[in-house]
Parts: sequence; C-alpha cells; structure tokens
Amino acid sequence: MGWRRIWRALALAVCGVLAMPAVKAEPDYPPVLPGTVLRFPEDGGAHPDFRTEWWYVTGWITDERGVERGFQVTFFRVRTGIGEDNPSRFAPRQLVLAHAAIADPAAGRLLHAERSERALDPLAGADPGATRVWIRDWQLAWTQDHYRSRIDAGSFAFDLRFDPSGLPVLNGDNGFSQKATDPKHASHYYSRPQLAVSGALRVDGATVPVTGRAWLDHEWSSELLPEGARGWDWIGINLHDGGSLMAFRMRDERGAALWSAGTLRAAGGEPRALRPGQVAFTPQRRWRSPRTGAEYAVEWLIDIDGRRLELRPLMDDQELDSRRSTGAVYWEGAVRLFESGREIGRGYLEMTGYAERLRM
Amino acid sequence: MSRVLGRIFVASLARRRLATALSLFAIALGVALGLAVQIIHGAALDEFGRGMRLLSGEADLQVAGSRDGFDDALYGRLAMRDEVADASPVVELEVRLPAHDRSLSLFGLDALRVAYVHPALMPQQVDDARRDDVALAALQPDALFLSPAAQAELGVSAGERLDVLAGARVVSLRVAGAVPGAGQGRALAVMDIAAAQQLFGRPGRITRIDLRLKPGIDVGAARDALAADLPAGVAVLTPHAAEELAAGLSRAYRVNLTMLAAIALVTGGFLVFSTQFLAVARRRQEFAFLRALGLGRGALMRGLLIEGAVVGIAGGLLGIAFGHGIAAVAFDVAGGDLGAGYFSGVSPALRFDLAASGTYLLLGVLAGLAGAWLPAREARHMLPARALKSGDEASMFRFHPRPRRAAACLAGAAVLCLLPPLAGVPVFGYLAVALILVGAVLVLPMLVRGVTRVASRPRRALWRLANARLAAAPGQGVVAGAGVVASVALAVAMAIMVASFRDSVDRWLTAVLPADLYVSASPQGTSGFLDPAALARIAALPGVSRTMPVRFDTLRLDDRHLPVSLIARPLDGGKLLPLVGLSVPPSAGEKPAWVSEAMADLFALGAGDRIVLPLGGNPVAFRVAGVWRDYARQQGAVAIELADYRAATGDLVANDVGVFLAAGTSFDTVAAAVRDILGENTVRIASPGEIRARSLAIFDRTFLVTYAMEAVAVLIGLFGVSTSFAVLAIARRKEFGMLRHLGMTRREVGRLITLEGVLTAAAGTVLGLLAGTAVAFVLIEVVNRQSFHWSMDLHVPFGGLLAFAAIVIALAGLAARVSGYQAMRGSALLAVREDW
Repeated sequence: MGWRRIWRALALAVCGVLAMPAVKAEPDYPPVLPGTVLRFPEDGGAHPDFRTEWWYVTGWITDERGVERGFQVTFFRVRTGIGEDNPSRFAPRQLVLAHAAIADPAAGRLLHAERSERALDPLAGADPGATRVWIRDWQLAWTQDHYRSRIDAGSFAFDLRFDPSGLPVLNGDNGFSQKATDPKHASHYYSRPQLAVSGALRVDGATVPVTGRAWLDHEWSSELLPEGARGWDWIGINLHDGGSLMAFRMRDERGAALWSAGTLRAAGGEPRALRPGQVAFTPQRRWRSPRTGAEYAVEWLIDIDGRRLELRPLMDDQELDSRRSTGAVYWEGAVRLFESGREIGRGYLEMTGYAERLRM
Repeated sequence: MSRVLGRIFVASLARRRLATALSLFAIALGVALGLAVQIIHGAALDEFGRGMRLLSGEADLQVAGSRDGFDDALYGRLAMRDEVADASPVVELEVRLPAHDRSLSLFGLDALRVAYVHPALMPQQVDDARRDDVALAALQPDALFLSPAAQAELGVSAGERLDVLAGARVVSLRVAGAVPGAGQGRALAVMDIAAAQQLFGRPGRITRIDLRLKPGIDVGAARDALAADLPAGVAVLTPHAAEELAAGLSRAYRVNLTMLAAIALVTGGFLVFSTQFLAVARRRQEFAFLRALGLGRGALMRGLLIEGAVVGIAGGLLGIAFGHGIAAVAFDVAGGDLGAGYFSGVSPALRFDLAASGTYLLLGVLAGLAGAWLPAREARHMLPARALKSGDEASMFRFHPRPRRAAACLAGAAVLCLLPPLAGVPVFGYLAVALILVGAVLVLPMLVRGVTRVASRPRRALWRLANARLAAAPGQGVVAGAGVVASVALAVAMAIMVASFRDSVDRWLTAVLPADLYVSASPQGTSGFLDPAALARIAALPGVSRTMPVRFDTLRLDDRHLPVSLIARPLDGGKLLPLVGLSVPPSAGEKPAWVSEAMADLFALGAGDRIVLPLGGNPVAFRVAGVWRDYARQQGAVAIELADYRAATGDLVANDVGVFLAAGTSFDTVAAAVRDILGENTVRIASPGEIRARSLAIFDRTFLVTYAMEAVAVLIGLFGVSTSFAVLAIARRKEFGMLRHLGMTRREVGRLITLEGVLTAAAGTVLGLLAGTAVAFVLIEVVNRQSFHWSMDLHVPFGGLLAFAAIVIALAGLAARVSGYQAMRGSALLAVREDW
C-alpha cells in the first residue's frame, strides 16, 4: 500500500510546513469520509485536492530462462499547499515522485531509482479522470483495459503491461480504509490484485521478455499518520488460487500493533474486510542490514481470521537505502506466502520505521 | 667567464651604483606593473570563469535570451526533447537590497532539478539532519538561501530575514539556509523559481535553461538542432562560448593595461641602454687594454651582455616581489578589475603565479640584454689600437641622421592606423604608437642640430661652446634626449587622450540627462521597476511638467555576441540622443532605431540599414535612423521609441523615469512627493548634476590605474634623463678639466652643462609634444575606437601640457647641472692628466 512512501512524502510536507510558521495556514484538504462511492475509471485518476495519493505496483516476474525477480514502481502525488495563489507554471502546488526497484536474487540486493518533480505539463503530472501519472519518460497509465508502466533508470529498465482479471477490490468499508481508532485517520483505498504481467525487463545490459503477476494499490488521503505510530507492516499477496490478501498493521514505539486491518478475497468471491482483531503479525527470523544496522523481521507468522500463514522473502536484503538522496530507509520486497508448508501465494511485504524514528 | 673577467664586468655595475640602481629599478617597475596587471586580471578572470562555470554547472548547453528572459513554455518543450537528459530552468535577477544599498545576484531555480544540472547551487536548509525537509523548504515562497560569501558580506545568517526590493515594494524574505556549493568567492542567493517569478513580477518568464545532453549526443549537432527550435532573441550556447564572450568584453581593457606595463619595461630597457652605452664609452680605453692583453672580441661582448642580463635578472626578481605586492594591495583597494567594473561580485584571492612570474622575469632579462646589445656590439667592433688613444670615444657619439628611416617609420605608422583590429585587440594601433616613438627618436638628432644652429646665433661664448659640443657629438644629445622624447610623448599622449575622453564623457552625460530629476527603480536592471500606476501618479504630481519613462532590457541578436542593451524611451525622433554622423529619418511606417557606436562597429551597421530586434519573443523590423555615442555599454546598445517598444511587447513598466519640472518648482519638493508615493528606500532620486558627478567619479576611478602607470612612465623617463647626464658628465671630466684650464670658472662650466641639458631637453620635449599629440590621435581614433568602440572629440589641455613641458626642461637642466658638479668635484689638473 505504499505507506512508507507516503510517510516520506508526508514527512516532507509536514516538516516543511512546521519549519515555516510564518507561511499561511495549510490549504483545506478535503476529509476522507465513509460512504463515498468510488467510480471507475474516474477514481483511477488523480484526486488533486487531497493531500497525498499514490499508485503502487508490485509483483513477481519470470524471464524466459525461469529467473524470478520482484519489481515495484510507485508514483506519488503530493499537494504541498505551497504556491496555491501563484499563477506561475512552476508553482509547486503538486509534486510528483516516483520510485522503482528490481529485486534480483542474482544481485543479492535491490536495484532502485527515484525521481521527483513539480507537476509541470508536459514534464510531470498526475491526471484526473483515469490513471495517468508520469515524470518525463517514467509513467504509469491506464488505457482501455490495461495499465502500462515504463521506467528507465539507466542501470535497469522495464516496460510492463498489466491486465486485470477482475474488478477493483475496495478495501475497508467500500474503499474507506481506516488507519487508527480515530476514523479521521483514513484513506480512500482500492487494490487491483491478480494483474497479468507481460513486457520486457532490462538488467545488466540485457533486455529479456518477462511475464508474471502483479498487484496495484491506489490510495489517497488528507490526514497525517496517527499520533504515536512509528511505522507499519503491510502485505499484498496474489493467492495461487486466484484470490488475494491485503493486510497491514500500524506499530507504536514498542513495536506493538496500534491498528490492523486487511481484505481477503477468495477466488471468484467477494472481498471480505478484516477487522483489527482478525489480523495479527508475529515476527520470526530477523535480518540485520549491514548498511544501516536496522533489524527487520524477514519472516513472519501471519494470523488471518484464524488461519496461520507464513511469510518468507525472495531474498533477505531487500532494504531500500536512499539516505544519500532522500534519506528514507525501509524494507520492501518480494515474498512467498505459505500455509501448512505449501506455497499458497506470492506478493510484496513492506516494513517501515525500523531504521529510524518517524519524523512526524 | 673567469672570476677575473667577472670582476671586470659585473663588478663595474657596482662602481656606478646610482646608474645601475636606476636601470634596475626601471626594469623592476616594468616587470612589477606588467606582472601585477597579469596577476590581478588572471585571478579575476579565473574567479569570473569559475563563477560562470559554477552557474552553468554540468550543463552541456545553455539557452539564454535577453535580461528580461523569454517565455517559460520553452522549458517544457526543450526538456522533453530526445537529446536532452536533464534540463534546469533559471530566473536570474539582480535584486536590490534597500538596507544594504547594493544588489545581489539571485537565481530562481527548481530545487528538484538543480542536483542534476548545477549541483553547486543546491540549496541546503540550516538543519542538515532534517534532510527530508529540504525539498519543501526550498519551495517555500519566502525562503531565500545565501551563498557563504553573501552571508558574510551582508552579515545575515540563516534564520534571519533579508529585505529585498520587488518592483517598488520592499519584501522581507527568510534566510532559510545556505548554498554551500557556491564557495567563498561569489555572493549569490537562491530561491524557488515560481516564487521568484511571482515576487519579482516575471510571470511566465525565465532567463536561462541549462541542458545536460544524453550520453553519446554530439553537442554541436544538438546545438544546431535546438537552435532551429528557438524563438527570436533566444540563443543556445555552450557554457565555454558564454564564458569566452563574457571574458572577451574585458579583453581590450586588459590589453591596454598590459601595454602600459610593456612601455614601462621598454623604458627600463632603454635606461639600461643609455647607462651601458655611456659606460662603454667611458671604459673604452680599459676595454682596448684588455683586448690588447688578449681578451677576445666575443668574450668582451659576452661580458657586456652579462652586465645587462644581471641588471635584468635583479630587476626582474625585484619586480616579481613588487608585482605580487601591488596585486595584493590592488585586490584590497580596487578589486579584481582595478576599479573598471568588469568583474563585479567577484572577489579573487592572490596566488603566486609561477608561469606569469617566469615570463616577466624573462622579459626583464630580455630588456636588460636588449639595452646592453648595442653598446656591446659597439665595443666588439672597436679597434684596440685606436681606442687606446684618448678621445676615441667621440667616435661612438658620431651619429648619422637617418631621415629616410624616420620618414619610413612615420609613414608606416600612418598605414598601420588604417588596419582593423585582430580579435578585438588593436594590435596595429599599438604598433603604430611604437613606430611613432621610434620615428621621433630618429628625428631627434636632426632637430638637436637645428636647435643648436638657431641657438648659436648669439655671439656669447657659452652658447657657441654648447653648440659646438652638441654639433660635434650629437649622439650624446640623442642618448639623453631620446628618453625625454619617449617619456614626454607618452605622458602627453595619455594626457590628451584622458582629457579628450573626460571632456567627451562630460558632454555626453549632459546630452543623455535632459530631465531635471531622475527616479530610478533599478540602476542596472535590478529587481525594481515602476508600474504604470506609479508612473501615472508621478506624472500627475504638481510641479511636474512632463515625464520620460525609460525601459531597459538586453537583446540577444545572435550567439556570437553578447546581448546588446535595449533602451526604450521617448526620443523625439532622435533629438534626445547624442548622435554622431549623419542620420537617416525612416520613411513612413518604418520604426526608427538608433544604434550606439559600439553596436554599429560590432554588428557592422550604419544609418539606413534594416535591423531586426527580438521584442517580446517576436522579430520586429526597425530602420537604423542614426548612430549615437555611448560610453556606458561597451557591448553595444540600441535605443528605440518607448511607444514602439510598448506596442511590440505590451510591457508597460519602466526602470527609470526622468521628470521635467515646471518653472519655479523646486527639486526637493518634487523629490519628497515622489518618495511619498513610492516609499523610502525603494527608488533612487537624483538630479542630473549628482548623476554626472557620480559618473565622472567612476570615470576617474577607472582611469586611476592608467594615471598611476602614466606617472611611472614619466618618472622612469626622467630617471633616464638624469642618469644619462650623470654618466655623460663623468665621461666628460677631462673636457671640463680642459675648460677650467682655459680659464672658465666652475660656475661657468656648470652653466654650460645646464645649457646643453636644457637645449637637449627642449629639443626632446618639443619632439615629445609633437609625437605625443600624434600618439594621442592614434589612441583616440584607432586604439580606443577598436578596443571600446567609442569615439571622442580631441581636447588638448594646452595649459597643463605647457607647464609639464617647462617642468621637464627645468628638471633636465637641473639634472645636468647636478651631475656636472659631481663630475667637477675632483681637481681640474688631475682630470686633464688622466689623458696625457
């Protein structure tokens, strides 16, 4: 669900504002209210009035020789509250940020790249109406019946097409996804699980055709992270039987859950919202990053409504260390889900707030 | 060379301490001045270039237009092109700081793009630990980031506020952090590009786009492809070309100063010549004796050359020390451009310049060797048997007048004046000056002979003796007089040139400042301006009969020249401009433009030519109606009617406004009323008198260095005269002894020497005055015209020149007399017995 990136983007926004008490009060961001009906493809586009928004695609891809890799690409939109009255085309009212990464077991660690720009036609932007976000030649867009994303980061590149197999899965209460006990901490949130991937990947200078399964999250909100939260853990898993599982928990200082929730959709069935009591994350094997010294649980025991599931990573080192550019450090990587020792799905795990305290 | 010979030759320098010291000092001065000019400009240019490179960062190409900029829609278009890897838009402004009475370079940047193209300009928030905040902090509309130099110069640190002038409004900005990459040398500020556009009233305009090309893209090909896609008045340059253009602006000025230093060096060499020449004359018998004892011709010549070289080395080393000292003082006092204003905002640091020092040391040695060359050759050619006899040295002073050579030099000078400059440097003009000086020196013996012939008409013995002496050995007079000719000529030339220039500037200022009161929002295209409402309120003030708004901008006409200045104001068909030459009134329907002399020269334009000016992004055709004189903008300027400018651009603001007062209205009343409207500190209000005084003060400061170097040249020339006479007097001790024996008193001999000195100096001075006037003419018509592209009216300061001439002649007489007395200190009997 891309929380760690929203966290970073929000950290940007909030600290920027806090550091500048002289600047006029922040703009009126619309609240996220239950009962809002999401429509498609319109709600696949940007919601520029809200404070933050992201489109987040993760998945597993396999090349002709059977090599399996994870990938993720995320586009963010942030309404900064700056320059709202400035007629300049450069006015930084909206920023667009993008992250892309490849988890390649041969490399033993993530290849990643990022971009950030102010929204400025035709260079960068997030269109309302239908999904289209881009920063120069990086893009994610919906056309007719599929998504397409193109990323060229120099050291790696991909051009992937994502064909959905069903309707969008609305998380929480029909797309109203609560993040804390106080319902004001919520987002509009839907997922597109079971996306069929086809396209090309370039790593180590060689371009190879790939296929696979992916997951898209689209979420927008106006509120900041709940008080007392240090980070979160999240999974988005395409189940081999055609179903899908999303689950997350907000963690406090001591690592205890402040809030958890999820959405389970059985193959061919309707999505079922999971309440806090129905989702539990229990860390198992830990791995310490040699770069940042942060310790992450790379294997988990996950309790979903009484089912005991095990999570194991594609590889241990899927930490994304961008301290030299943006300063964010988190673990985000490809994982396999097991039940009773049998692999039942594959997807992505995201863990934030382990390297350092949240700056909010 | 053996130690014995070393004692004979080099030690002889120590025996004539005064003459040696003066030669050495002259060479040292020449080396010091040349080296100082070199170091100062080298350092300033380095710093300037570093500054420009800092600002262009890693850009492969820069797209730039006028000072006011171009439509920012171009940014998106260029950034999306296939050749372009990264693009960074820039708004460059000179922001006036009302509280500091100065301006500051401000760069409106996209902080999210900066890192890719010019990382050195990356703004950094104070609290470095909160790295995440930087992106948004740098986007805040009131956040300003200062380079370390700016923080130091303004005494403002992060967290404090800085007032800037935006339009006619004072706005307080928060110093949010630093631009650590900008280094210590350059004062600048960075803020968000959108905020800069909004704050300083430049919606939709940027001044520059820096482009980094994708790997493997050919810069030249990309440049051509991009150039085809640009609107009128916008050019694409490589950063190197941009730097070259900017450095080229000051090249002529730098060459001028280097030439002055070269003159000092040549004078030093000449001084070595005159002392060596006379020393050789005096030591003629000694050399003949040595030759008779078996010393070879070559060894003799080498010994004498080594004497010259030793003076050159010593002078050169001393000069290197002096030169660095002068440079250090100059950096402190006048700045890197020696007060000429070419490198403002740049504070270079003094460094030991090995290459330049080595070069100038070599030049010093060459000056010493060149000075010793002729005397050494003379010594080589003497016949020992004859030279052993007394009186043979007179043969050295036999001087053949060479009217043909003199005429050839002067004719050559005239031809050189017709040639164009080389790479913007008036090389042939300088050669012409050198030829005039050589020609004058060649004419000198003829003139000396003429003067003595006229002077000997009276029957008085003293005059006849002086005449006989000068007629018999004109060479002596020439040696002493040549120094006078050269130094007087140079001093006179400079005096005439500077006087003409100052006089012309003075009259030009009167012509370009017709109004009674000037309200200036932005003296040099800074961030201030007057909007139409403010202009209307000023025009409506009681006591104001008429106003004349002025709009300044720059226009980039092509990518081979720097942008020219655009001046749009009511011109009344050119009547309000200091026009030179013919004017051609444009026919009906044509818009007139008046180009400055610099622009006419640089762009090969004349009255009647068609010219296309990019106004508001569109090419607009004008007819050149005339050429006007402009001393302010060396890269060229074009003046057009304000109405034409406004019609073409729709831009109604003004930078300055000239106010004509109704009869009986006082300056102060209207000035106070204007301040009431616009507020304190937002504009400068000045009378034409103040502006004139200020401009002339700047003029004098610019020429300060020139004055100083001119004084040094004269001083060295006078050294030359006095050493020549001193050495001559010593050489003539025998002769004086003889005269004493014949019954002349010491006083009478002294008068004779003085008379000879005065006659020689008079001849030299007259010739110097004539040559100087000719050189001044070359400086004004060729050197200045080609270097700076401005003309001036000849203005000869007769009174000053006559006084100067009288002083030189008197000083020469005094020098001759003093040296004569020294020579006669010994017994007359001994002096004569030396010979027999």
